[in-house]
Amino acid sequence: MYFGEASGYKLGTAPRDAFGAALKELGADHPEVVVVDGDVGNSTRTEPFAKAFPERAFNVGIAESNMVSVAGGLAACGKVPVVASFACFLLSNAHDQMRMSVAFPELNVKFVGSHAGISIGEDGPSQMGVEDVALACSLAGVKVIVTADGPSTNAATAAMLQESGPTYLRLGRGKVAEVYSDGCDFTIGQANQLRDGTDVTIIANGLMVGAALDAATELEGAGISARVLDMHTVKPIDETAIAKAAEETGRIVVAEEHLAHGGLGSAVAVAASRLHPVPIAYVNVGDRYAESGDPMGLLQKYGLTPQAIVDAVKSLR
Amino acid sequence: MTPPVALISGPHPAETRVWHSAWRNAAMPPNPAADSPHTAVPPSVFHADRKLFLHTKGIFVSVEPSSLSLDELKEKGRTLREHIIRMTTAAGSGHPSSSLSAVEVVTALFFGGFMKYDPQNPSWPGRDRFILSKGHAVPVLYAAMAESGYFSTEELLTLRKLGSPLEGHPNMKRLAGIEASTGSLGQGLSIGVGHALAGNMDSADYKVFVMLGDGELGEGQVWEAAASACKYRLGNLTAIVDQNGFQQTGATNSVLDMTPVADKFAAFGWHTQEIDGHDQQAVCDALAAAVAVTDQPTAIVSRTKKGYGILQLLEQEGDPNYHGKPLSEELAEKALAILAK
Repeated sequence: MYFGEASGYKLGTAPRDAFGAALKELGADHPEVVVVDGDVGNSTRTEPFAKAFPERAFNVGIAESNMVSVAGGLAACGKVPVVASFACFLLSNAHDQMRMSVAFPELNVKFVGSHAGISIGEDGPSQMGVEDVALACSLAGVKVIVTADGPSTNAATAAMLQESGPTYLRLGRGKVAEVYSDGCDFTIGQANQLRDGTDVTIIANGLMVGAALDAATELEGAGISARVLDMHTVKPIDETAIAKAAEETGRIVVAEEHLAHGGLGSAVAVAASRLHPVPIAYVNVGDRYAESGDPMGLLQKYGLTPQAIVDAVKSLR
Repeated sequence: MTPPVALISGPHPAETRVWHSAWRNAAMPPNPAADSPHTAVPPSVFHADRKLFLHTKGIFVSVEPSSLSLDELKEKGRTLREHIIRMTTAAGSGHPSSSLSAVEVVTALFFGGFMKYDPQNPSWPGRDRFILSKGHAVPVLYAAMAESGYFSTEELLTLRKLGSPLEGHPNMKRLAGIEASTGSLGQGLSIGVGHALAGNMDSADYKVFVMLGDGELGEGQVWEAAASACKYRLGNLTAIVDQNGFQQTGATNSVLDMTPVADKFAAFGWHTQEIDGHDQQAVCDALAAAVAVTDQPTAIVSRTKKGYGILQLLEQEGDPNYHGKPLSEELAEKALAILAK
């Protein structure tokens, strides 16, 4: 079982695999792109790039602080460093380096955090990036992207490398439904509407996009028409899409694989409350850490399911 | 692909790089230093290998030695000290004592022929880099930059004032010639590693000098950087530890003793030297020896005194550390009188 299956989407690649393949491909045409790794390249999938372009890949060891500041120095010299680690180790361990060595001087560094969310499963909470979006959004001027599947991750990788400035790309570990099987038109800061609806809008990103589509399918059977937005960019948030959804559907549910505070839910709430206040319900990990276990079992236990979204929608009626 | 962000860029271009005309026209405190002679390009001095390096407008050539100007360097150092005292007293805040300990090294780097740079073209890719990891000592850097012609010495008195790019800690977005925005200790050496790696990738011959404080060595990231510099055999990287013996709350060896510093760098695979950081000739000799090493990173442990030059005055005040506070106008007058002797 996987999210999106009930809506007819086939299982695709893992976002981190799509990122790795795209990075290697793009690297061939862009000699300024370099990788700075904290010895997890075979997990983050920067390894194919490093093997193809060894002179442009620097594994500085298990030293995330140094990793990020080295990238700042490389960027100051015109390189475009891609700094990839587990989301939790990058954002939580090297946050001040992200602030001082990259964000404050507005250097062109591309941060990538893999192993996001509780769906990494068995390795447990110490490896789960569940606060990374909040931390990334707190960095002034850093654009924050959370992709839903393989094709959108492919497109997002290209978009972030074309972007002139610091970005953070959040990637899931496991295989997910390919919701963009027909290709992804990806613009940073512009949400993609995957399904139209009139009664409620489900705003999701990452793994929860598939869950949102399944929830919409189920709601349709109950006579509720749900719009689904893939809000792949948390900062800058697509205020136009949020205002339109609030105005046209009157209710919003936000679903994300993240702690309750500072993530997509917070960003949507801030925008909606200012532009067009409507009732909003939230589906997320809550204010707690998870535990080891199988991914689907964990998602079930911690309330990140299509059913949880359906319940949230119904709570607003 | 869009080109990467330019080295000096920011969201408020009107406030970056260029001095506001408003600042030029604003009433300025009296500045006795404004009349002091300064050159737009660094004067020259011998390397210890007896080669004389001259450079103007970014052209770096070696010529036969003609005249050694150690005395000129010493005079330049005295001028930097005067600037440090004047600008921090005018600002009413800042870290003069942390700046004073670093004067001889900064003087040698900027005016001793060890760095090629062009104040008219600060982001010239071939320039040598100076990264001040102990960012709170930035008055010494601003003083050297003013004396080099990056901006006028009058502008030094805008230190820390609203609208001035001479911020309390270095901000590369707002002041051309600043290589790294520092102030959160421990990051400068890593940034220097990044510059050095980029130089090697580009087959560029520039050198990277990073100045750290001795209290700063408590930051673990410094040693992460040290290990990575060794891994990549960064012969174009020189770390200079301004070992002035004090940090914010007291003597460095009582807060967190990181000595022996040179031994630690050596254990990380670095070439090391220990010198009297206030002996101008010794500083020049050490820098010459450091840049001659090309197959491993080099560290210079520069034994200095915080507040050097006016230390007797600070001791009379009962605070030889004098961390993070400017001299009163009265004390500044006394300090300048001491330096004039």
